[in-house]
This record gives sequence, C-alpha cells and structure tokens, in this order.
Amino acid sequence: MTYIAKPRLHHPSLTRNKVGYLRRDYEGKVSTLCAGCGHDSISAAIIQAAWEMDIEPHRVAKLSGIGCSSKTPDYFLGASHGFNTVHGRMPSVLTGAALANRELLYLGVSGDGDSASIGLGQFAHAMRRGVRMVYIVENNGVYGLTKGQFSATADRGSKSKKGVLNSDNPVDLVGMALQLGATYVARGFSGDKTQLVPLIKGAIGHGGAAFIDVISPCVAFNNHPGSTRSYDYVREHNEAVSRIDFIDLAKEAVAEPGTWKDGEVLELAQADGSRMRLRKLHADYDPTDRVGALTHVQALQAQGEVPTGLLFVDPQARDLHAALGTVPTALNLLDEKTLCPGSEALARINASLR
Amino acid sequence: MKGTTLNRIEAVNDFVVKFANVNGSGSASANELFAKAVLRMGVPVSPRNIFPSNIQGLPTWYEVRVSERGWLGRRGGIDMMVAMNPQTWDQDVKEIEPGGYLFYDSTKPLPDSAFRKDITVIGMPVTAICNATYEDPRQRTLFKNIMVLGALAVLMDVDTAVIERLFSEQYKGKERLLESNVRALQSGASFAREHLAPPVGPGMGLKVRRADAVGDRIFVEGNAAAALGCVYGGATVCAWYPITPSSSVAEAFISYCKKLRHDPETGAANYAIVQAEDEIASIGMVVGAGWNGARAFTATSGPGVSLMTEFIGLAYFAEIPVTIINVQRGGPSTGMPTRTQQADLLSSAYASHGDTKHVLLLPEDPRECFEFAATALDLADRLQTPVFVMSDLDIGMNQRLCRPFHWDDARVYDRGKVMTAEELEAGRDFGRYKDVDGDGIPWRTLPGTHPTKGSYFTRGTTRNAYAAYSEAGPDYLYNVQRLLKKFATAADIVPQPELRPAAKKTRLGVIYFGSTAPAMDEALTSLADAGIHLDAMRLKAFPFPDSVHEFIAGHDHVFVVEQNRDAQMRAMLINELEIDPAWLIKVLHYDGTPITARFITEAITKHVHALAVAPRRERIVS
Repeated sequence: MTYIAKPRLHHPSLTRNKVGYLRRDYEGKVSTLCAGCGHDSISAAIIQAAWEMDIEPHRVAKLSGIGCSSKTPDYFLGASHGFNTVHGRMPSVLTGAALANRELLYLGVSGDGDSASIGLGQFAHAMRRGVRMVYIVENNGVYGLTKGQFSATADRGSKSKKGVLNSDNPVDLVGMALQLGATYVARGFSGDKTQLVPLIKGAIGHGGAAFIDVISPCVAFNNHPGSTRSYDYVREHNEAVSRIDFIDLAKEAVAEPGTWKDGEVLELAQADGSRMRLRKLHADYDPTDRVGALTHVQALQAQGEVPTGLLFVDPQARDLHAALGTVPTALNLLDEKTLCPGSEALARINASLR
Repeated sequence: MKGTTLNRIEAVNDFVVKFANVNGSGSASANELFAKAVLRMGVPVSPRNIFPSNIQGLPTWYEVRVSERGWLGRRGGIDMMVAMNPQTWDQDVKEIEPGGYLFYDSTKPLPDSAFRKDITVIGMPVTAICNATYEDPRQRTLFKNIMVLGALAVLMDVDTAVIERLFSEQYKGKERLLESNVRALQSGASFAREHLAPPVGPGMGLKVRRADAVGDRIFVEGNAAAALGCVYGGATVCAWYPITPSSSVAEAFISYCKKLRHDPETGAANYAIVQAEDEIASIGMVVGAGWNGARAFTATSGPGVSLMTEFIGLAYFAEIPVTIINVQRGGPSTGMPTRTQQADLLSSAYASHGDTKHVLLLPEDPRECFEFAATALDLADRLQTPVFVMSDLDIGMNQRLCRPFHWDDARVYDRGKVMTAEELEAGRDFGRYKDVDGDGIPWRTLPGTHPTKGSYFTRGTTRNAYAAYSEAGPDYLYNVQRLLKKFATAADIVPQPELRPAAKKTRLGVIYFGSTAPAMDEALTSLADAGIHLDAMRLKAFPFPDSVHEFIAGHDHVFVVEQNRDAQMRAMLINELEIDPAWLIKVLHYDGTPITARFITEAITKHVHALAVAPRRERIVS
C-alpha cells in the first residue's frame, strides 16, 4: 500500500524543462515494490525520459494489467490518468483508449506473466494492428505477487528459487513482436539506465507500435544462481547490438524518413518531429531489416546471450489510425453536429426500407 | 390432380405460407421477394427465416405471415407449404393445417403415400421446366425459385407487375439480370395460368387482395436498426468479434458509417471500427474507449457475453460507460446458434463476479432497436456503467414491419457528468467516486484534461471516494452502496414499461417483453374474444421501476411470458421486487422458434381454467 506521502518541499534551484515542469512532477506515489526491484529502475527511466523529452505529464495515459509490473504506473507520472485493467488485457483497453483520443501518448506497462502467459493473444494482436504506443514488458521470468512461480518467459533449464528446473520453452516476446509487425522493437536491462532511457525516448517519439522488453530481475524470487534473469546473469550476457547516440528534440523537418551514414549510423526522423541517431554495434547487423534482425537476435539468444539495444525500427511506421483513415481530431471531441446524420438523412433511409 | 373436392381453407390477406428449401440454393432472395410483393400490395407481412448454422446443403425455412389485421408475430400452423426440399418432405407435409395446400416440384413422380388426403396438392414440374429452358446449371437452380414465385403470384392473385418493379429496383443498371428474372417469373406465371389455375388445375383458396394496411411503416432487420441507432446515437468506436446472430450489427454499422460518417471535405472517418481477436478484446477496447470519453459499443451474443464478464465487472466497479448489444440465441454453450431465445437475461443482468447488476434494455422490434441503441449510449454515459440492449435473433435477423425511425434534430447527446478543465481550474472539488448529487453517480474526468488537477488512477480494486487505493471496510461499503443508489437512479431514467389495460376490469395481468410482443398483441385479442381479459405490461428495461411492483400488486395472478426454460425474467422480478413466487405464473416457450400467438393463448387459457377450480393461495405482499 502506498501510505507514505511524499514531501511537497523542493529545492529552489531545481531546473524546469521547456514545458515548465520539474523532474519531480513526473514522479508518482512511493513504490511499494521490494527494495532493489528492477521495476523501480524502469519507473525512474520513464520519469527521466518523459521529463527530458518535455512531455506534459497530463498528456500521457498509462495503462497496465495485473501483477507487480502493472502496479508501477502508480509510481510515476502522478499527474497522468492511469488505468490498472484486468490481467493480460491491457493491450485491448489501450487500443480502445487510443482510438478514442489519438492526441495522447499511450504508455502500456505489463509483465511477463501479464503479456506472455494470460495476455499473449492481446499482446500479439496489438502488435499486428500497429497501435501507436510505448509497450514496456518488465520481464523477470517469474510471478512475483503470487510468490515465485515460473512465467512463460523463463528459459528452459533455468532454476527457480526452490530449485525446480523449468522444462518448458520460453516465449520470446521480442521475436514475436518482430514477426507480428511491431515497428519499433527494443530490449533493455533495468540495470543499465544509460541504455534504457534513450530506448524509451525513441519509443515515445515513434509513430507506431513500439515494444520494449526490459529484463528486470526479481530480487525476491528470481535473482539466484541458476536463474537466467538475475542481475549477475544479465550483466554477464548482455550483448548490445545497437546504441541510440542521441535524440534531437528540435522539430526540424527531415526529408528522408531514415538515412544511413557510412553504413554505421542511422539518422531517423521520428513521428513526433524529433530526430534519432542510431549506431549499430555489430557490423553485420541492420536494425531496419526485420528478417535480418530476427535472425541475428535469435542466433545470439541461442548462444545464451541477451541481445539488447534497439533491435528493429521501421522508419516509415504507420499506426492503426492511419490504417482506419480516422479524422485528425480526437474522436471523443466530436459532437452531435458531426456525428449525427440528422432527420433528413433518416427520412431517406426510411424511404429506402419500404 | 388430387384433393380438388376437399374442404379447403379460403382466406384473403390472412394466412401463413412456409417455404421449405435447401440453404445456399438462392431461395432466400426469391422468398423475400414474395414477402415484399405482398407488402407492396398494402398487406402487412412478417417473415421469419429458420436457418441452420451452415452455408450450403442443409434445410432452411422461410415462414411468411400475411395479415391485413397487422398481426406480426407467428400465429402457429401452416396454411400452405412450398415444399422444395426432399430431405424434410415428411415433416413439412405433416405441418400443413387440414384443408391447407402443398405446392411441390412434380418433376419426379411421388407415390400416393407421400401425400395427405386432407390437403390440396399443387404440383408443378419446376425442375423439368428449368432444364428445358436453361443450359447453364447455375441458372437452372437460381431461376427455379423465381419460376415458383411466378406461379404462386398467379395462384394467390399477387400482381406480377409488383414483383417486376421489385426486380427493377434490385437490378438497377444490371439490365441483363433484370430481363432474365422477368422472363423466369413470366414463364412460371404462364405455367400456372395454363395448368394450375381452374378450370384445369386445383387453384388455391389463399388470396392476396390490395389493401391499405401498411401505412408509412418500414420493413427492416433489427440488427441493421440497432447499428443505425449507434450511428445516430454518436458511437465513434465499435469493436466486435463475429458471432451469429449479432455479426450483422457490426456489418451494418460499417456500411452505414461508410455512407453517413465521413468528413465531407477530407473523406476522413469520424469513427473507428476494429474486428478484434475475440470478445475479450472487443469489450476491452470498448472499456478503453469509454474510459477515454468516446461513445463505444460492441455487438455479441450469449457466448460472447460469457467471455466478456470479467471486463463487464471491471466496468461496473470502475464505473466506465459501455454499450453491449446482445442479440440472443439459443444456449447453453453453442446451443442453437441460428435459433432464437430470450435466455441471456440472468447472465447479462448479473454478469461478472462479486455483487454486480447491469442495466438491460428490451426492444420489441427494429424501431426500438434503433431507439434503444441510441438511448443505451446516453444511459451508459449518464450512469457510467455497462448497458445491454437485449435483442434476439427473431428481431435481429428477420425483416420486420415497424414504425419508421424517428430522430429529433434538437436532441443533444447526454454525455453525463464529465468535469471540464475550466471547472477544475475554478477549484471545483473532484472526488472520482464521491456522490455529490445524491443520485449515486459520481463525476469523472477524461485523461488529458488538466495539467495538475483531476487526474486519477482507475482500478478494479477498492478505493476511497477520491480514487485512492483502500482496503478499508467503510470505503468499500461506501462504494458498493453508492452503486446500489446509482442502480435505483437508473430505474427512473430507463425506458418505462408500457401498460395496456384490458377492455374489461380484470384481476389477471400479464408481463412480457422483447420479441414476444407481436405474438402477445394477437394473443391478447384472441383471449379477450374468448372472454379472458388481461391487463398487460410490456417491460422495456431492467432495473424495474416502481410501476412494475404496483402492476403485480394490483392483480391476483400475473403471467410472465418469456422465451427461455428457467423463467429468467420471473426470477428477476421475484429477486428484485421480493415478490411471492406463487403470484407469478410462468408461460415459457423455448424450442428455438419464435413464440406464437396460439401458444400463448392456449397456455394462458389452460392456466385460467385451472385457476378457476383451484383454491385461492395465500400470498405475501411485500
């Protein structure tokens, strides 16, 4: 329970961002998760990314399912509306919300139980549809709130805290997102904020379905030797394939959606008008090639590595609204003048039914 | 020809014809033409498709009630069978009323034992004529139905010019099709004149005569009407998953939106429709859109509602507007997906875990499907809760004659209690779950409204009046008791019951709702003719307003007529109004076919006679 109130006092020299907010305006309630939980680092990364990108907190809608990860939207962006929905069904609620008002930024937070087990179907279909959103899975390979059962992303052969070996194959959400048409697919590690914050920023600026799988160790139930989601294991096997060098928020029009420089650096115009510079760290890796990315990532994973970074980006991403051809105005703002065809049209319909 | 000297049914503008066909043979459009032709002659008709869950090859029937008096329910019994399906021959022949008619394809001779002696048999070698006329096997099948139509028109005095006019409307710009259809119709008509009509043939005692009994009424399916109601009611988001018999609601919404909801200048869509991956996602999207202030709906049937129940409970407790059009079919499980029932009352009214109750609207015909769909969108916003429009297959998938759709251009959508940025800025207190108006309905804010005020965290778990997480008993009680108060508010603002007093003072009452209405109209008249008078109340919604309790209390016995096995509406009346069960007499019809006037009349008559001899039972008046 979030019973601790945060002090309202703050140091007068704290800086405000371009839209006039302090960093603490992006914070939420005090976290009730375990000390050292990876999820809290992700919340901190979200706070930092949103503040640095000058996003107005109230223009973000944060949605989640059920589980430890899904509790976290209460711990960041306190001035945003949040919706803690039902287990595994955040994607559909987010989709509906995004249809109702395309002007907000939709941030979906989920866990591996929420997205890879009960909600695998909704995860898949939200990716297929290209809902414009930032979809973060806080992936620890374990059910925390129900105390330590394996989740569907746990690696085969990994050991639970009680010493049980997992005999099922893991669901690879990154592989699925790539196959299903997500246009921004990344993997981060809660223990590496330097990498994670730019990944979140890139996702915020993206114009379609952005998915970030964040390995986020569970200190209570999955941080022991034999686990492949422990801090130690991920640090040892973390293999970054790309690096976001910077995100330039200057809203300059860029003629080409994405151009390579020297074959090493991709300059990318983002849907929000910002520019992103992505450097690849593996010479034979092209993060704009969906099939190549899938192969490369899976080959690394087969060797026991944890490939991280921006794994794939489609510079020409479109979203669900573009596919549906909806008006630029938020649908929830339309009134009867626009929506109701009126009695004359109805008289014609009546006449056609006689 | 057989049976020409029989006692034959002679009727003008008052009979029932049933077409027995094989599905996928093109019979549906020819049958519909028959119904429409009668209608265009000014005589009310009510057709009902009885079809299998199949695309091609299984039996299907089309029953047309012709009634100048305007009875639109099923009567019961068949005056003429057009038996075109050998698979169901025996059953079809058996169903004909004594003195009725059998029209069949006499290409292949049938033994005398295949017929009945108490009916008039009219044979036409339809297949032989078609095979002689057409080369193409497809045409041979398709035009068979049109030839039969031509023959029936002659036998029943339906003006073939009316049918030709319907053709020309249907095949506008497709002259070749128009011409070949007219030719088939005329050749069927000529055959009938030469071989079937007197003096050579048996002729027929069922006749259609021009009348003026249709007025300005329209002929439309309930599902299309509900979809149009959603367009007029301002729905902008529709998420759905295909399920019989509700799919055509979403499909009609798509086609009406294409015509009526595009920006005239840019062509952009003022709506978003998603065919979801399942019913769970459909309702999830509707919940998300409703939370975010768009008017959203889904259309489904019983099995879909089962899948949606977790979300429905969330929407009830988190207080989110949701509109669900439930086109009921026969259950349980897959049950009878192409047959009708009113058997989802309990599963919709109390959908989900914990203490939940939901608003149900009960349309009687397409006109009310239109009205109630628009009303449901208003009520969902006003009450911030799920609202069901409880249609069924009988209303939804059959064309029904009804009053024309009406819309008042001065009507303003009721968007409910949504606090604006200005109100928040002015310092108005915002407690998301606080009852400030005494009606149990709290105020809400939409995401993105104000930079620092009015945001809250929506959840399915308990919270206090200011939306802060709380597991404290008093906070929980405050919420769930306020939800009860809100439900009481709902009873006052939902469509109110329609009372039809008997012609004579009576101590008997009858309660009915939904698609039972047209059969009940006729049954009430038949019963009154037989000296049984009943005050009738047609329910239009749940929760029940006080007038329902008063109606029951004002009668010694009240029949509750419904189309399900377990007397679900009766159970709800007993449960919600604390009525002594002995007071309410069940009249139940649930074989999957629409209830008939004869069934109601006979059931009530039997009960009334039994009541007359039984000692009066003691009751508890609550």
